[in-house]
Amino acid sequence: MKFPDFDYACPKSLDEALGLLRLHGDDAVLLAGGQSLMPLLAFRLAAPGLLVDLKDVPGLGDIGIDGGGVRLGAFVRWCEIDRNAGLAAAHPLLVEAIGHVAHYQIRNRGTVGGSLAYGDPAAEMPGIAVTCDGEIIVMGESGERRVAAADFFLGALTTCLRPGEIITGLHLPPWPAGRRWAFEEFARRRGDFALAGTALYYDLDSQGRATDAHIGVIGAADRPMRLAQAERMINGSTVNADAIAAAAEAASREVDPMEDFHAPTAYRRALVETLVARALTRAAG
Amino acid sequence: MRIKLKVNGKTVEAEVAPRISLADFLRDTLRLTGTHLGCEHGVCGACTVIVDGAAVRACLMLAVQAHGEQIVTVEGLSNDDALSPLQACFRKHHALQCGFCTPGMITTAHALLTEEPDADADRVREVLSGNICRCTGYIPIIEAVLEARAHYADQDAPP
Repeated sequence: MKFPDFDYACPKSLDEALGLLRLHGDDAVLLAGGQSLMPLLAFRLAAPGLLVDLKDVPGLGDIGIDGGGVRLGAFVRWCEIDRNAGLAAAHPLLVEAIGHVAHYQIRNRGTVGGSLAYGDPAAEMPGIAVTCDGEIIVMGESGERRVAAADFFLGALTTCLRPGEIITGLHLPPWPAGRRWAFEEFARRRGDFALAGTALYYDLDSQGRATDAHIGVIGAADRPMRLAQAERMINGSTVNADAIAAAAEAASREVDPMEDFHAPTAYRRALVETLVARALTRAAG
Repeated sequence: MRIKLKVNGKTVEAEVAPRISLADFLRDTLRLTGTHLGCEHGVCGACTVIVDGAAVRACLMLAVQAHGEQIVTVEGLSNDDALSPLQACFRKHHALQCGFCTPGMITTAHALLTEEPDADADRVREVLSGNICRCTGYIPIIEAVLEARAHYADQDAPP
């Protein structure tokens, strides 16, 4: 359980970090909070030749809130999302979901960029990015590119990040007043990865009918995903008990849960139905 | 690599290989063996130390990452031969048996109560959920931490 041997670099600028990635190619791995990378190293599932620590790179730790939405720097830690006074109003779904991430000590270290780059299918941050039409901001050799979160996660622990690229932040679109929302997840022990979870929201039109429903799930496929059929059941409805039941049932059919040590496929399917129903009920209440 | 940091108030300079975890550095190089290593992959919480005021798993942090930081270990929370108020509460409530998890419980509880001396029982349970204890069943630990709150509310960061 000791880490394999590696070199360590602590660049002072993004350019310097990009230069190190260019020089070392696949042999270099970025280090932010280390709360996913260090266990991988301990298990020898990764054995890079060089760790490039981003802790001294300026500008990655900012939280920006304005009319254009919320921007989280890649080095923003979970505990900083808890403490930020403006985020609870600017993006309540984000704050509630991130409240479920890991345990106290890990929340003091783990980062937004690290979670996005790791791409665990049950992780909250990728789930929020996909559910809320987030854009992942990536810096590479040829400049900045912005990738829709829906296109970013390719499979379990797999993203479209290219060699030599660094995630610098996540942008979430503005959150209108009056939006209905909820987050629900189920884990065996608080702070552990969820067996499944859902983040969802919708707006109400002048007749009190739901529009623009976004229903996302985590832990229910090889990546976080939105559920188009369940969303169709909610759009145009008054989100009454019938609509909620229909949407939850559609959600359970639409997901493609993996079977593993923790739960069989049928269990996770049933869990998605329960959690979506619970979240929609809370959102409507 | 050469690192310089403060450990329990004392400046320490040392040469350390990048692969050495902060926990191993504290235990093997500085001989501060109060920091215990259980799982060594961030699950059990026994190795919790306080880095710049925040409780952190020392098995998931490299010693080189601690360059320039202020570290407090369980040794830094003792009160010479007398028990600190938090330790006294642990003793009173029988909040330890084998003692393996205790350093992590003490450092975690100290960081929590320093920041949130009014933490309620739910909050204490939530925070300590990241620390595994196989002896006590946790209830005595929660009771000890709840009783220790009074000492943290009264003064600035005891002991």
